[in-house]
Amino acid sequence: MTYELIIGLEIHAQLNTNSKLFCPAATDFGDSPNTNVSPVSLGLPGALPVLNKDAVRMAIMAGLALDCDIQERSVFARKNYFYADLPKGYQISQFEFPICLGGKVHLDEFNKTINVTRIHMEEDAGKLNHQGADGIAGATSSIADLNRAGVPLIEIVSEPEIRSAKEARAYMEKVHQILSFIGVCDGDLEKGSFRCDANISIRPVGQVEFGTRTEVKNLNSFRSLERAINFEMKRQIKVVESGGKIIQQTMNFDDVSGETSALRSKENAHDYRYFPDPDLKPLLVTQTDIDQVKSSMSELPDAVRQRFSSELSLPDHDIKVYLQTKNLFNFFESARLKLNVASAKDMSKWVVGELNALLKTDDVLLERLSQDDFAALIDQCSSGDISTKMVKDILPRLLKSEPLTSVLSALGGAQISNESELLSIVNSVLAANPDVVAKIKNGKVASANFLMGQVMKETKGRAKPDTVRELILNACEAQ
Amino acid sequence: MSILRQIEKDLNSGQYTVAELTQAVLKKIAADDTNSFIESFDSSALNTAAEIDASDQTSSLIAKGMPVGIKDNMCFENHGVTCASAILDGYKSPYTSTAVQNMLDRGFVPVGRLNMDEFAMGSSNEYSIYGLVDNPWDASCVPGGSSGGSAAAVASGLVPVSLGSDTGGSIRQPASFCGVVGLKPTYGRVSRYGLIAFASSLDQIGPFAQYVEDVAILFESICGFDSNDSTSELRTDQSFVDQLKSGTLTGKRIGVPNELMSEKVATSVQDAIRKTLKTLESAGAIIDYFDFKYFDEALATYYILAPAEASSNLSRFDGVRYGHRSAKGQTLRDMIELSRQEGFGDEVKRRIILGTYVLSSGYYDAYYGKAQQVRGVVTQRYSDLLNQYDFICSPTAPTTAFKKGAHEGDPLTMYLSDLATIPVNLAGLPAISIPCGLDSNGLPIGFQMTGGWFQEQSLLQAAYELEQRLAFKPKNQFRMDPLL
Repeated sequence: MTYELIIGLEIHAQLNTNSKLFCPAATDFGDSPNTNVSPVSLGLPGALPVLNKDAVRMAIMAGLALDCDIQERSVFARKNYFYADLPKGYQISQFEFPICLGGKVHLDEFNKTINVTRIHMEEDAGKLNHQGADGIAGATSSIADLNRAGVPLIEIVSEPEIRSAKEARAYMEKVHQILSFIGVCDGDLEKGSFRCDANISIRPVGQVEFGTRTEVKNLNSFRSLERAINFEMKRQIKVVESGGKIIQQTMNFDDVSGETSALRSKENAHDYRYFPDPDLKPLLVTQTDIDQVKSSMSELPDAVRQRFSSELSLPDHDIKVYLQTKNLFNFFESARLKLNVASAKDMSKWVVGELNALLKTDDVLLERLSQDDFAALIDQCSSGDISTKMVKDILPRLLKSEPLTSVLSALGGAQISNESELLSIVNSVLAANPDVVAKIKNGKVASANFLMGQVMKETKGRAKPDTVRELILNACEAQ
Repeated sequence: MSILRQIEKDLNSGQYTVAELTQAVLKKIAADDTNSFIESFDSSALNTAAEIDASDQTSSLIAKGMPVGIKDNMCFENHGVTCASAILDGYKSPYTSTAVQNMLDRGFVPVGRLNMDEFAMGSSNEYSIYGLVDNPWDASCVPGGSSGGSAAAVASGLVPVSLGSDTGGSIRQPASFCGVVGLKPTYGRVSRYGLIAFASSLDQIGPFAQYVEDVAILFESICGFDSNDSTSELRTDQSFVDQLKSGTLTGKRIGVPNELMSEKVATSVQDAIRKTLKTLESAGAIIDYFDFKYFDEALATYYILAPAEASSNLSRFDGVRYGHRSAKGQTLRDMIELSRQEGFGDEVKRRIILGTYVLSSGYYDAYYGKAQQVRGVVTQRYSDLLNQYDFICSPTAPTTAFKKGAHEGDPLTMYLSDLATIPVNLAGLPAISIPCGLDSNGLPIGFQMTGGWFQEQSLLQAAYELEQRLAFKPKNQFRMDPLL
């Protein structure tokens, strides 16, 4: 029997706000435990929630980016359960009336559109730091850190239209790309800013009804999602093939073993006793509000991809880097307009290659690089005034805010391509290295590289490499 | 009459200082054995008093230096606040509620926290870990509740004014039982930030005093929009004292629900209300009787919605971060269960269970959903009635103060004592209770006047004029002289 996989994803994305969803406490990650708190996020007696407008704006942005209908009226509800990381004994979330309904995400590589059911806003819980063990199992005690409690989240719920682990991964990556690119989520998976629950079931190919599903919680990487789905699929098929029944339950995925395990079954499921939070009025959003958010939004990744590919002829790899790295994208978009000689594609090669690499290694800041100087550098390289080798030498200095003109004059000027000027240097290098000249004459042309290096050294790297090479080979032959 | 005005006069003429006044009040509280105060704020009150004495004497805040008691469910920085519950035993709030802060800004001096039914659930002040409170008119009777301590402290003359909170009658019913004035403002008029919630959509803070004018002064000091409370309303009308005496009862249309002048209400109470209505009539008001129709439904609705909200509001008391934590229990679940089991009293548990039940999956629509609909019907009914009438008047409570222990083990009869006050909370309307007479046992009877949304000004004006005509004599007026 062959089976079909049915997957629906619930993605939790932290909104990139400065303060929490219902109080002014900061959302910074990694601060000392229980420092980013207020009476509200601590759930102190008498404290009341006040909705963060910026979180609403970002939720609307996310909704627009995923092609949702923004609801003019949405309602915050209380989801009641007890846990040590949940200060009020309930989580404020949207239940019956979420802020966004409908929506879609297109997966190019599968030529398929996944429909989004809804997006709702909610607050995150705190974090338990288990003492004496890696997880809660075996821990002697647990310490609650409520810095994360109350951080705004959006939950994006997909229709169960995903049919493979690869599709699921592509969907999660696409949503991640969109939310990060428009700036509503920092997208940092390691910090837990973007995570996912997967609802997974199988059915024999041809069967219309869905099978019983399990829900794998808290998948915090694309790879974990893919692995968890594949493991769960095999597990479910094994259960069914051996005559068993799938139990509706919540599962955990262990990254080390690559296996899922049951957390709780449906019988033990919580009754969350949702009801509208009487401390908060319904959230009303006007069409004008929505239009305002829309007009302030940057271009969406799909549009960027289209434009970069058709108008600037950028390779797919470059586009992908820009969609992942917003500051590089912003830099490129304005710096490329300052080019006179080189093409945007020429510049992109340097941005995505050398510049991006430099940014990742040292503590260099893109903000310190002058767009004018960078564009002038690429122009001079394209016009042959300076070599690619020189670009590599100059770029780190520009990143330290040294002006291009002073870097060039320190190097003694632009590239030397004048043959007679170079010839005298080549002749003196040859005279000093007769053994190498002999090798070349005997056919070891590769040894010319050594002599080129010597010429470069003499000229502080300014010699035009092609010309030097030609001069060396010609001179050797003539000897 | 205004006790606060008298104190102001005395302070201005140098009869005594704020420090002397505060000291005298604290002494009185210490000597009192009616149990209305849970704790007096001796050092902070004396410090505040000294600061006021040392400060600029030219400012003309009427509230400057006035002693006030606050119900034990309002947060006041670095002071204990417990809702008269073991679960908050020893808890001190790290921040101040907006109502208390507003009052402090006007110069009031909080002298202590007042007894109440645990988490404001009750109508007799008998559900308090701090024990029963005596009714100043008859120590064998209850003071009403849940703000029993707030009403009794004013009635026995310990403080000139106090703050209470009203979810289903918790200000008006004890005001009625103790023969004092109590105002429940319009929902959204006074910030709930820092008021430990019972039922969020019904709770409202309000003042107690022996006279309407003092109620107006304290009310004006606490109200106002608060960006920390999303249900707080931005209003421009926030001064109620200036115009207090310029209203008139002439031509005012007054509606009286027939149901509250029936066998549901004690005869002696009905008689006093009828007499009061005659007084109103002789002042030029027009009295009309009508059928409200929804009292039973309102009561049932309240006992679904209030416990539902409470069951969730009280979830934060889990022993994890503050308050009582059980020493027993090996797991988190055990710890939470045992802490709550040990920390909450029976009435609170009863309401949490009730509220949890009505919100449970499968029952939500039948109870909570239906109750919300009925709440809408009741509110609409009031809206229609208030097009017809300026005020709706009735007894505040069906009886006068009952004996301590009279309703022990019979919560349903206890619930009935809020019959006349509960519908007002469902609609979020303002209502005032003023004393209008005594029954044959010499116990006070309260007259409830309900006005339109945010119509506190006209409500206070009417209550003031009626008060002048009734000339009710308080039991123990707050006096400064014998202490000096």
